[in-house]
Amino acid sequence: MLQFQLIEASLVDWSRAQFALTACYHWLFVPLTLGLAVVMGVMETLYVIRKDDFWKRTAQFWMRLFGINFAIGVATGIILEFEFGTNWSNYSWLVGDIFGAPLAIEGIVAFFMESTFIAVMFFGWNKVGRRFHLASTWLTGIGATLSAWWILVANSWMQHPVGMVFNPETVRHEMVDFWAVAFQGVAVTKFFHTVMSGWMTGAVFAVGVSCWYLLQGRHKRMALASIRVACAVGLFATLAVIYTGDRSGIEIAKHQPMKLAAAEGLQQGGEGAAFSIVPGVEVPQLLSILATHDPKGYVPGINDLLNGYSHNGETHLSAAEKMERGRRAVEAFGRLRANLKDHPEQAAEARRQFDENVKYFGYGYIDHPEELVPNIPIVYWSFRVMVGAGMALLLVLVLVLWHERRGLLEQRRWLLHLGVWSILLVYAAGQAGWIVAEVGRQPWAIQDMLPVGTAVSQLETASVQTTFVLFAVLFTALLAAEVRIMCRAIKQGPEEKTE
Amino acid sequence: MITYSLLQHYWWFLVSLLAGLLVFLLFVQGANSLIFVLGRNEAERALIVNSTGRKWEFTFTTLVTFGGAFFASFPLFYSTSFGGAYWLWILILFSFILQAVAYEFQSKPGNIAGRNGYRYALVLNGVMGPLLLGVAVSTLFEGANFVVEKGALAGEGLGPVISRWDNAWHGLEALANPWNIVAGLTILFLARTLGILYLINNISDNELRPRLQRRLRTEGIAFVVLFLTFAGRLLCKDGIACNPETEQMETCAYLYTHNLMAMPGIAALLLVGVALVLFGLGKSLFCSHYLRGIWPAGIGTVLTVLALLLTAGFNHTAYYPSTADVQSSLTLANSCSSEFTLRVMAVVSLFIPFVLAYIAYTWRIMNRQPLSHEELEQEEHKY
Repeated sequence: MLQFQLIEASLVDWSRAQFALTACYHWLFVPLTLGLAVVMGVMETLYVIRKDDFWKRTAQFWMRLFGINFAIGVATGIILEFEFGTNWSNYSWLVGDIFGAPLAIEGIVAFFMESTFIAVMFFGWNKVGRRFHLASTWLTGIGATLSAWWILVANSWMQHPVGMVFNPETVRHEMVDFWAVAFQGVAVTKFFHTVMSGWMTGAVFAVGVSCWYLLQGRHKRMALASIRVACAVGLFATLAVIYTGDRSGIEIAKHQPMKLAAAEGLQQGGEGAAFSIVPGVEVPQLLSILATHDPKGYVPGINDLLNGYSHNGETHLSAAEKMERGRRAVEAFGRLRANLKDHPEQAAEARRQFDENVKYFGYGYIDHPEELVPNIPIVYWSFRVMVGAGMALLLVLVLVLWHERRGLLEQRRWLLHLGVWSILLVYAAGQAGWIVAEVGRQPWAIQDMLPVGTAVSQLETASVQTTFVLFAVLFTALLAAEVRIMCRAIKQGPEEKTE
Repeated sequence: MITYSLLQHYWWFLVSLLAGLLVFLLFVQGANSLIFVLGRNEAERALIVNSTGRKWEFTFTTLVTFGGAFFASFPLFYSTSFGGAYWLWILILFSFILQAVAYEFQSKPGNIAGRNGYRYALVLNGVMGPLLLGVAVSTLFEGANFVVEKGALAGEGLGPVISRWDNAWHGLEALANPWNIVAGLTILFLARTLGILYLINNISDNELRPRLQRRLRTEGIAFVVLFLTFAGRLLCKDGIACNPETEQMETCAYLYTHNLMAMPGIAALLLVGVALVLFGLGKSLFCSHYLRGIWPAGIGTVLTVLALLLTAGFNHTAYYPSTADVQSSLTLANSCSSEFTLRVMAVVSLFIPFVLAYIAYTWRIMNRQPLSHEELEQEEHKY
């Protein structure tokens, strides 16, 4: 039996905590970048078409807020990229052949576009023509969006690994189909779901800030104009998020049933499964509809997945069986390596046994079946926060736009207050969404293939604890500074010529 | 015929080229390390940070892309060095976080740390970034303390982690090797030299410019002395290479000198690079009307770093020698991605000339006029 005593549980947990910390902070800044890029892109387009300086000043105001937010997103992003190496070194080797490519493409294709044209956007007003400047503004946003594509391709591959085989000689997974990695359904859904949630964030932020101006009775023209643009972007994005969320539900049910079961707290599954709104309040059959688009569809629960189940003549192995097969794969892999050079017959036999069981290779590194269940309360409640906040935001955006179109918005102070507070809601939804996706994937770094305990770097726990604290303090201080600067800049407002 | 070996060499070339561009772009850090030395008052300091502030994204992006490209093409280095020399890389990253944020925050009301707080962060990154990156690059020649055991995943050895660091210092031990420090200081003073050359070219200010030219003397001479020390050491030192017949790693005396003699093209590249750097520096020192020294010196820097790293990786050389276990040393062949991935990535690399072209184009139109106090006053977005 394999015993890897050198990897302490606390090392894995602290490494996870550090990555989660960085990812959560990163996702505080990135969605606003993605969303505001569209909002200010539309505004500058209006400026170029209508040649009205009002739109230029409005776009410039949102650009200023964009700039405050942008750098800290970049800074947390670089840490994430390098943390794959620093804290997940085994991961880097075992899947680097597939996982590295999207990261490199992201750098070559997307980041340079973003960083080249952001400089033109900020400093080029008096140096380049109007159209070139407009193109630069859009290219900054497109660069950011392209980078989202590639990093989400990488993340989707962790949720649903495709297009690779394990090579026991080089001891790693190797890519055999680039298109399957770059354009698999999970990646497409994840990209639109995530980027559209970014658009929502930018739109709700712009709506919230504008509502605040209306409450203050300042910058009315700019606030109302921004609300119109942002509500349009926001409503489109929200509908897209709902649609892709639905797609995503189907995919998770297919590829990550344990994540779905944990998100529902579903111990015992079955046909026509009910959806839990909150504990004790259920809608019959809704979970089956969400997971399979069929009211009678079968959804396995946590116990079914652990104990094994049969459905439609297909038998799904129990956790213990998968672990057993995984151990056989690991053992055969060791034998294959030992005999590779000198005993071709034994090596061929080991190879055959390895190939038979390789599907469960990752399970060979799991010690107890319980490890296969992610933290249910965290996943369950995050899912509810995400969906609940998303629905609430849809309502707020509809109400704000409806009142604005009728010229009633300024009189509905409760709605303006609601608009301001929606900013917190949209951030809560985004964070919760990533928590569902990532905590729900546990214990896997790569679904069914590589558990986090086998992916980690061999470090002293104290080192990772120290860097965790270091990053936590630094990121928090920078966030505090950022929020304060942002609030000051909003208070100061755009420079207006007539009011 | 595009063979696996050719792809490995091609990707090492690209990674080395990115490293060369990165070292050139460290002029941002070099100039920032001198903010308080060169800028006597707020107006001058504002000119300096706004001048480098329009280029810092390139340095940052090149660093990120260098990491991504290295990961994609030589993942075993990524996992061994980043996971092993943990503290060295974390310190580098830490300083770059501060830098990214400091630009945007420094002059904004409500920024908590105050303008000088962020400017000192820029200085800190300006010193630490080049110094520690230099130390990290130097370990490609001096070696590092790691063991690679691929059987670890099958439970062999101490498993399951394949790359293991052989000491608890996790990268800090590199600072105890004086030759790493020499390399780090070389990069630091190169960055400062390039930083001054960039400012001479990019800022139009009658008081600042002569001061820049005077300062160039100390920084430039320090760099030349350090570089000659580093180069002398490199030519004399032994290294580890893989014997292609036995596939065993062997220690070879004067390895890098042998490599340069075996690959005269690379030796020529190195000489041209060094000559260009010295030309850019020398002409700027002796000719006060000459403002374009950053270009020959910058291009020379790219070529020199490129040539040095090609010397470190080509000709079966272990580009990451292990001081703990010679056989664990990393070569292009034993640390690279699969042939398929390298091939796919080679197609992606065809984008690079296009990317370089639009960077060059926008750089040109944005830099038609050197930065002046007058322009800064009219600027909507400034630091």
